[in-house]
Amino acid sequence: MKKLMLGNAAVARGAYEAGVRVVSSYPGTPSTEITENIVQYEEIYAEWAPNEKVAAEVAIGASIGGARAMSCMKHVGLNVMADPVFTVSYTGVNGGLVFCVADDQGMHSSQNEQDSRHYAKASKIPMLEPSDSAECKEFTKLAYELSEAYDCPMFLRLSTRVSHSQSIVELEERRGDALKDYKKDPAKYVMMPGNAIKRHVYVEERLRRMQEYAETASINTIEENGSKIGVISAGIAYLYAKEALGDKADYLKLGMVYPLPEKKIIDFAAKYEKVYVIEELDPVLEMHCRSLGIEVIGKEAFTLLGEYTPRMIAKAVLGEDGGKVTELGEPIPVRPPVMCAGCPHRGTFYVLKKLGLNVCGDIGCYTLGAVAPLSSIDTTICMGASVSAAMGMAKARGDEFAKKTVSVIGDSTFIHSGITGLIDIVYNKGINTVIILDNSITGMTGHQDNPTTGYTIRGEETKQVNLLTLCKAVGVEHVVVADPFDLKGFEKVVKEETQREEPSVIIAQRPCALLKSVKYSGHCTIGADCKNCKLCMKLGCPAISIKDGKPFIDESQCNGCGLCTGVCPFGCIKKED
Amino acid sequence: MTKNIMIVGVGGQGTLLASRILGNAVIGAGLDVKVSEVHGMSQRGGSVVTYVKYGEKVQSPIVDKGCADIILAFEQLEAYRALPYLKEDGRMIVNNQKINPMPVITGAAEYPEGICEKLAEACDLTVVDAAALAAEAGSIKAVNVVLIGVMATSTDIPYEDWIATIRSTVPPKFVEMNVKAFDLGYHLKG
Ligand SMILES: Cc1ncc(C[n+]2csc(CCOP(=O)(O)OP(=O)(O)O)c2C)c(N)n1
Repeated sequence: MKKLMLGNAAVARGAYEAGVRVVSSYPGTPSTEITENIVQYEEIYAEWAPNEKVAAEVAIGASIGGARAMSCMKHVGLNVMADPVFTVSYTGVNGGLVFCVADDQGMHSSQNEQDSRHYAKASKIPMLEPSDSAECKEFTKLAYELSEAYDCPMFLRLSTRVSHSQSIVELEERRGDALKDYKKDPAKYVMMPGNAIKRHVYVEERLRRMQEYAETASINTIEENGSKIGVISAGIAYLYAKEALGDKADYLKLGMVYPLPEKKIIDFAAKYEKVYVIEELDPVLEMHCRSLGIEVIGKEAFTLLGEYTPRMIAKAVLGEDGGKVTELGEPIPVRPPVMCAGCPHRGTFYVLKKLGLNVCGDIGCYTLGAVAPLSSIDTTICMGASVSAAMGMAKARGDEFAKKTVSVIGDSTFIHSGITGLIDIVYNKGINTVIILDNSITGMTGHQDNPTTGYTIRGEETKQVNLLTLCKAVGVEHVVVADPFDLKGFEKVVKEETQREEPSVIIAQRPCALLKSVKYSGHCTIGADCKNCKLCMKLGCPAISIKDGKPFIDESQCNGCGLCTGVCPFGCIKKED
Repeated sequence: MTKNIMIVGVGGQGTLLASRILGNAVIGAGLDVKVSEVHGMSQRGGSVVTYVKYGEKVQSPIVDKGCADIILAFEQLEAYRALPYLKEDGRMIVNNQKINPMPVITGAAEYPEGICEKLAEACDLTVVDAAALAAEAGSIKAVNVVLIGVMATSTDIPYEDWIATIRSTVPPKFVEMNVKAFDLGYHLKG
């Protein structure tokens, strides 16, 4: 059967067909839908882990236990799970083990543009890179075969355009998912120096064998069109090149981007007047070619930044300009993402802005608190850094500064890696105030459950981590729950807690407005008695804008959350049902 | 030749569903197809762009500047922003809705005046009051299906394939309403 499938759904299908039994992941665009799609296959145990390190370790354990296992993450998630990854390269696997990592060229939804191929090289774990959904499925299955044949975990590298594009996939049956035997084997699985020294020898030997495999691998293909131009490429960049150059070039398409088939590359390159390496982000393939003494054209013709397009490649390689582009020249206002109407975070940031506090931010929907008009976040680095960076700032600048500074962190992010920072504050006598933005869901990545929501990935009820008792348990004595839509009450709480000479936590509790369980109704209107003070405009609500010189609420955008009624000092905004 | 379609709008407007209906209608017609979607950050009220490409064999999933045969815009400003992507002889279909982006709301920028007039001079333009037609069909939520209906007339996909796709994509109780919405778009004069 043929089906139009998202790349991520095809990876999930590949895992299913390959007989995978255990998948543990932490969400992250553009990788999230792999694990979400796994859920439809009842044969597979699936879970959202608290963070990527835990997810990878669960998958590693499942593999050692004899099952085929998978863990999926975005590129920065690979940083979080890097520790186990480097060592599982040494232990190898029992059941096949695949880590799917999705890069985000162009930073559609990310805080950096790192190239995960460096990890393959650094950890000596082979990496396959599909170009479309059919290959997503095929390469996933192949990865499991290789993983078991070479006793080696595998990377599957995706990117936004591969993960989030749909193309046609042919569905096949699931192979048996028999568990392999579990045998105690400390020399292989207990990585202390004596054992690891021997496994390192194995790793190098395995890499050599994998490289031999790469020379003849069916996923490293050559396409000859009798051209004088040779193109070496992989993944989505290969499709851009193919579309741009068609049969005006010959291609070496690398389905395996680590280790590389050196002999094949040398032989291919020798045949052409000019050899282009076309790869987004870092010159990984290019540098390898150069190290082999091959003269290639790479980043001198192509950018290190963002996504490529066929047009860009046609221009660089053929000097062709492409079709006419109509530009009218008028400046067009940008449309950055905004907090939704009814977003609970809006109340929090309105108050923080009003109080003029320094705010160490984190990653989630609430990062949008950095943009105008709320403009109240000073820093955003990575998940969890809001808590620990505020501690560092306070230690650098003293207690008075700490009293003017807060951390803001979402519920999912707090569990992911905020709790450890909080322990640091308590243990090392910090006096910081941490605001946990508890909207009862992992919002940014599209509503995944997490340990604080009380539901599993399959929507089954489970134990719920109680944030209040958790914070108290690590030694925070002042933990307050407050509603960010009660602006006056919330402001009072923030003032009180920041003034303390001890650590404190404010749990700003109000569910995400997009959750089905949240039912706001009606809409708000601004009365004719409006004094035009424009205070309501400071909320940055997408439903409120200026019309004929005065604030106006667009009913089609308003969901009746009512936050603005509490902002108007003259009581001119009313809620109607 | 591949046909390149670009669907643009504001996160939350239902552009993703529109591109999925389109993708499935094409597969029903037995062609190769690729659909590039947007998930994540930009879905939060930002500009969203999806691409649908179909033909004998489709390579990349994206549409370049100057290469779109059809641009289906759910919002005026997004249509304006997408104009450079339209082929010289391409067709632009615009829903007449306007949604202010945050820089306009905060007063840092102005929403350009007379977008439809300017577009009409620059390209082959069809302006649709999709909200009114959707309401006529029975639900304001069917704006995306109305727009798909308008666009369908510029493709070589048979009418029946569209209807079959709608039947298989939307929940049973909304089928009739959505078919009506599609028809209103499909038979739009203009
Ligand atoms: C290491 C890492 N993993 C995953 C992500 C992707 N990501 C960004 S924000 C976020 C979670 C946001 O949830 P929460 O903290 O509950 O805040 P909300 O969006 O609900 O406001 C995730 C998973 C990331 N940026 N970094």
